[in-house]
Amino acid sequence: MTQLPETTTRKLGLVIDLDTCVGCHACVISCKGWNTENYGAPLSDTDPYGADPSGTFLNRVHSYEVTPETGPAQLVHFPKSCLHCDDAPCVTVCPTGASYKRADDGIVLVNESACIGCGLCAWACPYGAREMDPVEKVMKKCTLCVDRIYNENLPEVDRVPACVRTCPSGARHFGDFADPDSHVSRLSAERGGMDLMPEMGTRPVNKYLPPRPRDVGGDIDILAPFLTPVTDGPKGFLGWLDRALSTLPGGN
Amino acid sequence: MTHPEPALNLSPPVSDEVRQTTCYMCACRCGINVHLKNGKVAYIEGNRDHPVNKGVLCAKGSAGIMQHNAPSRLRAPLKRTGPRGSGEYEEISWDEALTLATSWLKPIRDTAPEKLAFFTGRDQSQSFTSLWAQAYGTPNYAAHGGFCSVNMAAAGIYTMGGAFWEFGQPDWDHAKLFLLFGVAEDHDSNPIKMGIGKLKGRGAKVIGINPIRTGYNAVADDWYGITPGTDGLLVLALVHCLMTAGQIDLPYLAQFTNAACLVNEDPGSAQHGLILKNEDGKALVIDKRTGKPAAWDGAGVEPDLGATWRHKGVTHRPVLHHMADRYLSADYAPEAVAERTGIPVDRIRHLAAEIARTAFETPVVLDREWTDFRGKTHKTMIGRPVAMHAMRGISAHSNGFQTARALHLLQILIGAVETPGGMRFKPPYPKPATAHPKPHCKVTPGQPLNGPHLGYPQGPADLCLTGDGTAARIDKAFTWENPLSAHGMMHMVISNAHAGDPYRIDTLFLYMANMAWNSSMNTSGTMEMLTDTDENGDYVIPHIIYSDAYASEMVAYADLILPDTTYLERHDCISLLDRPICEAGAVADAIRWPVVEPDRDVRGFQSVLCDLGARLGLPGFVNADGSATYADYADYITNHIRRPGIGPLAGWRMGETGLQHGRGGANQGQLDSYIANGGFWVEHVPDDAAYYKPFNMGYQTWAVKMGFYDSPQPYIFQLYCDPLRRFQMAAQGVGAHQPPDHLRGQIMTTMDPLPLWYPPFEDGHVDPVEYPLHALTQRPMAMYHSWGSQNAWLRQIHGVNPLYVPTRLWVQHGFKPGDWARVSSAHGSITVPVAEMAALNDNTVWTWNAIGKRKGTWALDGDTPEATQGFLLNHLIHELLPPRGDGLRWSNSDPITGQAAWFDLRVKLEPSAAPDASQPHHPGMASPVPPAPGHLSWKVGT
Amino acid sequence: MHPAPSVIWFTTLSGLGFGLLFWLGLGYPVVTGWAAFAFFTIGYLLAVGGLLASTFHLGHPERALRAFTQWHTSWLSREAWLAVSALVVMAVYGAGLVFFDNRINGLGWLGAAFSLGTVGTTSMIYAQLKTVPRWHHWSTPVMFMTTALAGGALLAGQSRFALSLLAIAGTALLGHWMAGDRQFGASGTTLNTATGLPGQVRSFAPPHTGSNYLLREFVYVVGRKHAGRLRMLALVLGFGVPILCLVLPFNHWLAAVAVLSHIAGIATGRWLFFAQAEHVVGLYYGKR
Ligand SMILES: Nc1nc2c(c(=O)[nH]1)N[C@H]1C(S)=C(S)[C@@H](COP(=O)(O)OP(=O)(O)OC[C@H]3O[C@@H](n4cnc5c(=O)[nH]c(N)nc54)[C@H](O)[C@@H]3O)O[C@H]1N2
Ligand SMILES: Nc1nc2c(c(=O)[nH]1)N[C@H]1C(S)=C(S)[C@@H](COP(=O)(O)OP(=O)(O)OC[C@H]3O[C@@H](n4cnc5c(=O)[nH]c(N)nc54)[C@H](O)[C@@H]3O)O[C@H]1N2
Ligand code: SF4
Ligand code: SF4
Ligand code: SF4
Ligand code: SF4
Ligand code: SF4
Ligand SMILES: [Mo]
Repeated sequence: MTQLPETTTRKLGLVIDLDTCVGCHACVISCKGWNTENYGAPLSDTDPYGADPSGTFLNRVHSYEVTPETGPAQLVHFPKSCLHCDDAPCVTVCPTGASYKRADDGIVLVNESACIGCGLCAWACPYGAREMDPVEKVMKKCTLCVDRIYNENLPEVDRVPACVRTCPSGARHFGDFADPDSHVSRLSAERGGMDLMPEMGTRPVNKYLPPRPRDVGGDIDILAPFLTPVTDGPKGFLGWLDRALSTLPGGN
Repeated sequence: MTHPEPALNLSPPVSDEVRQTTCYMCACRCGINVHLKNGKVAYIEGNRDHPVNKGVLCAKGSAGIMQHNAPSRLRAPLKRTGPRGSGEYEEISWDEALTLATSWLKPIRDTAPEKLAFFTGRDQSQSFTSLWAQAYGTPNYAAHGGFCSVNMAAAGIYTMGGAFWEFGQPDWDHAKLFLLFGVAEDHDSNPIKMGIGKLKGRGAKVIGINPIRTGYNAVADDWYGITPGTDGLLVLALVHCLMTAGQIDLPYLAQFTNAACLVNEDPGSAQHGLILKNEDGKALVIDKRTGKPAAWDGAGVEPDLGATWRHKGVTHRPVLHHMADRYLSADYAPEAVAERTGIPVDRIRHLAAEIARTAFETPVVLDREWTDFRGKTHKTMIGRPVAMHAMRGISAHSNGFQTARALHLLQILIGAVETPGGMRFKPPYPKPATAHPKPHCKVTPGQPLNGPHLGYPQGPADLCLTGDGTAARIDKAFTWENPLSAHGMMHMVISNAHAGDPYRIDTLFLYMANMAWNSSMNTSGTMEMLTDTDENGDYVIPHIIYSDAYASEMVAYADLILPDTTYLERHDCISLLDRPICEAGAVADAIRWPVVEPDRDVRGFQSVLCDLGARLGLPGFVNADGSATYADYADYITNHIRRPGIGPLAGWRMGETGLQHGRGGANQGQLDSYIANGGFWVEHVPDDAAYYKPFNMGYQTWAVKMGFYDSPQPYIFQLYCDPLRRFQMAAQGVGAHQPPDHLRGQIMTTMDPLPLWYPPFEDGHVDPVEYPLHALTQRPMAMYHSWGSQNAWLRQIHGVNPLYVPTRLWVQHGFKPGDWARVSSAHGSITVPVAEMAALNDNTVWTWNAIGKRKGTWALDGDTPEATQGFLLNHLIHELLPPRGDGLRWSNSDPITGQAAWFDLRVKLEPSAAPDASQPHHPGMASPVPPAPGHLSWKVGT
Repeated sequence: MHPAPSVIWFTTLSGLGFGLLFWLGLGYPVVTGWAAFAFFTIGYLLAVGGLLASTFHLGHPERALRAFTQWHTSWLSREAWLAVSALVVMAVYGAGLVFFDNRINGLGWLGAAFSLGTVGTTSMIYAQLKTVPRWHHWSTPVMFMTTALAGGALLAGQSRFALSLLAIAGTALLGHWMAGDRQFGASGTTLNTATGLPGQVRSFAPPHTGSNYLLREFVYVVGRKHAGRLRMLALVLGFGVPILCLVLPFNHWLAAVAVLSHIAGIATGRWLFFAQAEHVVGLYYGKR
């Protein structure tokens, strides 16, 4: 099992739009909520009300400051969960076969009942997408909500990952990257979807849309005419006003 | 080759049952689906059909399960056993608790009802709590609006009969340019995020005007890192540029604003500076057709923006001329404001040009015919797709009211209010100030108050003053110091009550407000006032009753605690009489209902008020036979009739022919109908009524049908604000009602009928050279004030709140990660952890709001990061400005509305050795609840 | 990386144990009876002890058998196979020597191969990880195997081999450090490639102010500043002192000192092996 499928029928994954993510952490908590109650062991929290609270999360939102050569510094909110890599090192290193990539849709999962909790898969993941649960002692990771996306107990519209369903600003998109016409494939193509750490050769399925250019301003030559003065000071304004009013259809 | 994979159940059962109610992890009030397993809350998600959130849910909402199960939940009524502040209590029965409360409240009602001060926090039942307070007879009632954003609300209502805050929203579907002033999160948490998503999806441009670039401002295409307190200057400079270039919407100004109304120019006249009115009090314009004055709303009248009018030797000039006089002056030229605002001249001009281009070169035109109040039919709805939104960054300054007015002036000048692509009001708004009640304060022992407490004064005659001119209200709302304090001034209650100024009170009754901590300015001082004793050793504030649901800081300062349920365990009503959840295109209200039963001896506060009201014999709460009128809040929601045909909920009311919406009699099945419908009711505004609402007869008739008001209330926008001018006149000595002399100057300069900018007051009281920095707070999107920290999931995201320092200062002070700094204001100092931030105004420091916690509270265990590194900026802010040698203490608030000026704060900063805990550090207090569990593996299903 | 005692002792002891077994397999020394029993016991105690230590960091040791299933992709699985094979083969071979005075050369050589192979696979568990550039280098297996050979020779009392091998292993360790110090830079992985964001990027705020598994496991920065001194210590204890003892005229006490010092030195080296290793995930947290 820990051999990777040569190909997967579909490549399900996420597009995350860094131009739109406001860093609200909604996806973080809906993920925590869904996956605590559902797939496998609950995501536990140690010392939850004490001095060193620490819990298992499958999705976390970082914030980075980008300082360009010119123009003011920018802030980018950066959600990160499993990228469901095609060449997933976390899978091949697993000694037990607990860690595997589904041939059908490419989702990378952990079969918790087979996991010995050696942690090696987390070592092998460049993205910090796997966390050992401190209470259950098994490896937890983003399941791409495999227990939602096909779930017949959910209405059709809700068969998407919890984080995607909840994202208020619509910065998360779910779909099949194997289909070039899918919403996610097109978005990624149009907006230059990026791989994280391409040099790692993991070939992530999830794509990140870069922030659009900031603070570039419009072309001042085009804009300048809009501010051509019709007046210097109040007196001139009233003159202009009379002229302007008389040209208005029906006086207004 | 494919590989054997473990069998996986791809369709596991999601829950036994889904119950739909309304979130209350914050005041946005989204619809939620609460999934239950074995009768326990298993998962919370957004309700897709809900008008507010359409399925999405924020971090707080999804973490509701941890709030609902928080170990900090109070378990039974508490009676104080130790001294105030110790946190020592005994649990008592409800009967004992309510008997005790009655024994305090009954005698003062019979003798001096004003000795009860009843103030509520982010109360979502103000129409109910105010009714109770009115029946009790005390003038001393208000909710938290006074320290929240009353500047925003009042400026909007006085100017355009609607406001930002919860009363209006951008037209997300048509806007092409969006300007966001001073917003980190706002009440419309999810709708704003959804809206920004929509704009981004359409490639519309988002511009953030904010000293701090996080969240919404981080995704803004352009960022203007303005100097705090100077937005009024920037906005009026934009007005200057647009007027200079004639880039203004003349037809809109002429028809739908008072720009054409005539202002009396005769300095000798008692009407000087007031708008000319006819005998039945209607503002006059010159009708283009006749060249003669006509009532603004006369059929077919064509107001002339240009014409002046000379009458009985007095010249009258249209408001627009006055605007030209003021805004075309060099004082508002970009060159004049650039340095102060920190925005270079070319960027200001650039912004102005972009507004002009979007508004006038790319208008939105909808093919919808509509008829205005003058009977004129318009073939289309023309829109200027420049949307703006603003909140506390504008309002939490002492110049916030006028700055908000300036913003509305800018919007109106380009015709971008209630037009496609601009700003839209949410029903039951628009509603002009004149259609709102005026404040009432007449006390009669044993009797109800003479009317609603809060309202919108039209002039000095409407102030809440006693015969001898002193304040009638304990918070001194509606006095000459802040005449238009439309939401009251909760932040002044404790200090005034402690000072016995204007008078002493007996019982302070608080609901849902953490006044002993993050909710107060001068937090340490507030704690002292709450515990201070007189010469006989009695508490200066004799009785304190408080309703909270959790073990907050404030709990420890009350003598009697009335424990509330969590939001999933009670009935609530988000009413059109109150702060409804409507969207611009739809009217809506909603309920909460007990989707799970409390497992503790707690009661919904509103139900408790029904009981208490009956015990006190308050009219409207007790029947002739002495029995309670309302068994509980659900009973009130269903059966209370406010006006004929109008009750707390507008959906599924009883009409002659059956159930109907809007108006109608009580319907015993009403709550069931709401529950069946997902906990809310919504009805869409007809297409031809969706825009131009204040002027659109289609909307006006629909609004009457819905019961927002009983007759059409068309009006025009008040660019020039007469009520303000009336106070100015009084300050000039005109009229029967005269302000104290020391306030004349302030009233003259600040209560100008046309928007203007003046420096934040703190600048005049605090040496800007000694205190060169502005200090701000922001709402973290994943935390709600102080409640978030009791939430096991949320507190992992925001467990500490460093003070963010701009790179310039970071380098200058040689800070390194992990360093601490001492931050001082004229009032006090704090020692806190610092962190670097480049995307920040060079003279501004900031931190997340309300993360710091007092040791021993919220069922948090001992030396938590919130208590050792977390901190409040509040220790640096005082409700009064520092003395400036004139023998007076000026209030740290807006001189017009009394809005607390949180963001005027000036500080200085110096590196400090790391203390063992952030300073000031308050000793821990005993916890009224048992210790919390050591770990969580939360799964209720099997 | 977090220097967990379990993995430090595992790699140190089992390396030494299998190193000893390697020499015994080759017949250095050719021992039988009680002498053989003594040597084999030491070899097994170290090897098995090390293996046991490694199971301490497993969340579910009771499922350890599953670790044998994925030999075709997983170095950890392969290590399991080789370790067990080595122990079984050497057991039969050892039994021959101890009880029957009979040395089956073929078995010995096979067992030696398995033993060295075990150490090799152990090293590959680390060397395969692109995510830890310092480890992802051929010098890692070389360092592990030479160390095992040297330690084994020392225990087996093969002074001749031991002297040269200690020198070689010491050099290998030094080389591993020198190569390792350049690896992260050479890997080309930066916060820019990690985020795809251009220009000057800085971690503004971590996703959670609370701690988490990743930071505890991968972002271990404590005590790195002592690295220089500790490296010296590792070299002196692990190789210098033993070599000195070997050149001095033989004496049991010296031999004991040599071995103990060697173990201490290797353990120190292994602590550094983990403590100095930087996982690329640290970049996301603005740490290395
Ligand atoms: N998640 C969450 N949501 C909340 C709340 C919460 O606690 N948590 N609280 C709710 C409540 S009670 C309220 S009142 C609303 C408030 O919602 P907001 O109005 O967003 O209030 P703040 O978070 O104080 O944000 C004030 C913003 O104004 C900026 N600012 C400060 N001074 C100036 C200035 O002079 N000019 C400009 N242009 N900007 C300035 C600050 O940098 C900050 O970004 O949020 C509500 N929603
Ligand atoms: N420095 C600084 N200070 C500020 C602000 C700022 O921007 N900067 N913002 C100010 C503003 S705008 C506001 S609105 C205030 C908000 O400050 P508060 O109104 O004090 O808000 P919370 O901290 O949420 O406290 C509300 C109290 O209600 C309790 N509570 C929660 N749920 C329930 C319930 O269901 N029933 C009952 N009975 N009680 C409940 C909580 O336990 C808490 O004790 O803070 C103000 N303080
Ligand atoms: S929910 Fe959406 S906007 Fe919020 S942090 Fe996650 S991705 Fe970003
Ligand atoms: S992101 Fe990490 S855990 Fe997910 S597939 Fe890639 S390597 Fe494996
Ligand atoms: S922790 Fe579990 S899933 Fe990960 S490698 Fe070890 S056995 Fe496989
Ligand atoms: S897809 Fe599911 S598991 Fe993965 S991050 Fe989103 S919510 Fe969490
Ligand atoms: S914004 Fe979040 S917390 Fe507020 S009501 Fe909506 S879901 Fe609940
Ligand atoms: Mo507020």
